[in-house]
Amino acid sequence: MPQLGADMAAATLTEWLRKPGDAVKHGDIVAVVETEKGAIEIEIFEDGVIDKLLVDPGTKVPVGTVLATIDGDHTEAAGVSTAPPPTTPTEAAPKPAPRPAEAPEKPPRPEARPRSPADRIKISPAAARLAAEHNIDIRALAGTGPDGAIGLTDIENAIQGTASAGGPEDKSTDTPGAAMRRAIAAAMSRSKREIPHYYLSTPIDMTRAMDWLEEANRNRPVTDRLIYSVLLIKAVARALEEFPELNGFWNEDEFRPARDIHIGWAISLRGGGLVSPALHNANRMEPDPLMAALRDLVKRARAFRLRGSELSDPTITVTNLGDQGVETVFGVIYPPQVALVGFGRIVERPWVVDGAVQPCRIIQTSLAADHRVSDGHRGGLFLSKIDRLLQEPETL
Amino acid sequence: MNDETLKSSLIDAILEIAPEADFDILDADDDLRAQLDLDSMDFLNVMIALHEKLGIDIPEADYPKLFTLNDAIGYLREKTTPAADA
Repeated sequence: MPQLGADMAAATLTEWLRKPGDAVKHGDIVAVVETEKGAIEIEIFEDGVIDKLLVDPGTKVPVGTVLATIDGDHTEAAGVSTAPPPTTPTEAAPKPAPRPAEAPEKPPRPEARPRSPADRIKISPAAARLAAEHNIDIRALAGTGPDGAIGLTDIENAIQGTASAGGPEDKSTDTPGAAMRRAIAAAMSRSKREIPHYYLSTPIDMTRAMDWLEEANRNRPVTDRLIYSVLLIKAVARALEEFPELNGFWNEDEFRPARDIHIGWAISLRGGGLVSPALHNANRMEPDPLMAALRDLVKRARAFRLRGSELSDPTITVTNLGDQGVETVFGVIYPPQVALVGFGRIVERPWVVDGAVQPCRIIQTSLAADHRVSDGHRGGLFLSKIDRLLQEPETL
Repeated sequence: MNDETLKSSLIDAILEIAPEADFDILDADDDLRAQLDLDSMDFLNVMIALHEKLGIDIPEADYPKLFTLNDAIGYLREKTTPAADA
């Protein structure tokens, strides 16, 4: 079971799309799992033949559990392990998988961290001990004691709940919205607890970019038109090529820059919540394929049908809250990433251009970045680079 | 094409993007985008859906003429009326 984001500890395998004996190749979708972010399609990252399926549909298993074995190359796939030839029949017991080769930046699970969030939650010592013994996530519990404190009874009820459903952390009675809310809560709490954010913001003149876009769209049928978010994404992705300290992951007290630039695009979901799935290698995509990828991504995110790699791969997050009308975004970094770029609404403002005041279309562009990895000076240069790129929209 | 047909096409197009939209409480003279939380991608998708349903291509410059339900119906009426009758 691959880790699909910093906030995921377990997921339910809902469907196998391949069976033993099937040949599979890198990128094939082999299974569907249910997470708090909806149904996620699990890809395989190596070529081979499926040997055994080790987890039955409907089973909730922790991250790291081997889901299946395949005969093939000697590398590890996300959640799908190469069979050591010939496998023993006792292989079916879940065991922690070695780190998936495709997700080396796997963040520590919140439970494994030495600083327990317990000190911020009202809970009796006995209840805390029992919760720890049974791997109960107390952050997800509503206490019934005074001031909402969690008592022994709450933990016992929680243990019964998970035992009957057979998973550690089962929240099958939740609505999908509640599960997603909790996942966001966990990730954002960790971010605010651990990441020393610094914030920068600068107005960028979008007049030229919007003129270019409108001109480009004039000659296109409605089905082929671009939206300006494509230009924003491309400009950020290109600028990142020169700022590796903003593109990557902070794990185990060190920063690892990412090799590729995968923009996590924040998509708000109708009915609440959000996901930020990856637009892979956005810096190398032309506007048209990028638009097609963006459209497809938004559609699948809203249908709760994303792929595992899209959740685990983003190397930075970009959010555009301009459509909701705000002018400036103050972002919260999605760990283990180290930066978030936020765009506000495009507003028309009197602007001085070549010594004369004229109406210009301005977008506030902000950066929230991890001060352990980068400094404000470099962050400022990064925003300037985005600005310069947006002044040459035809080159994006 | 009468107004009822246009309206139902428009509503269908919007429901594809915002399935929870309640047209009984929607203000037909207020901005659809704000009332239904449509971002620019959503709005483009409504335009594409209208294109598919009614066979008309709405230029981007005309988008502001479709920001409210009533304006949109008026615009679509004009666009779908044969020029000879106009």
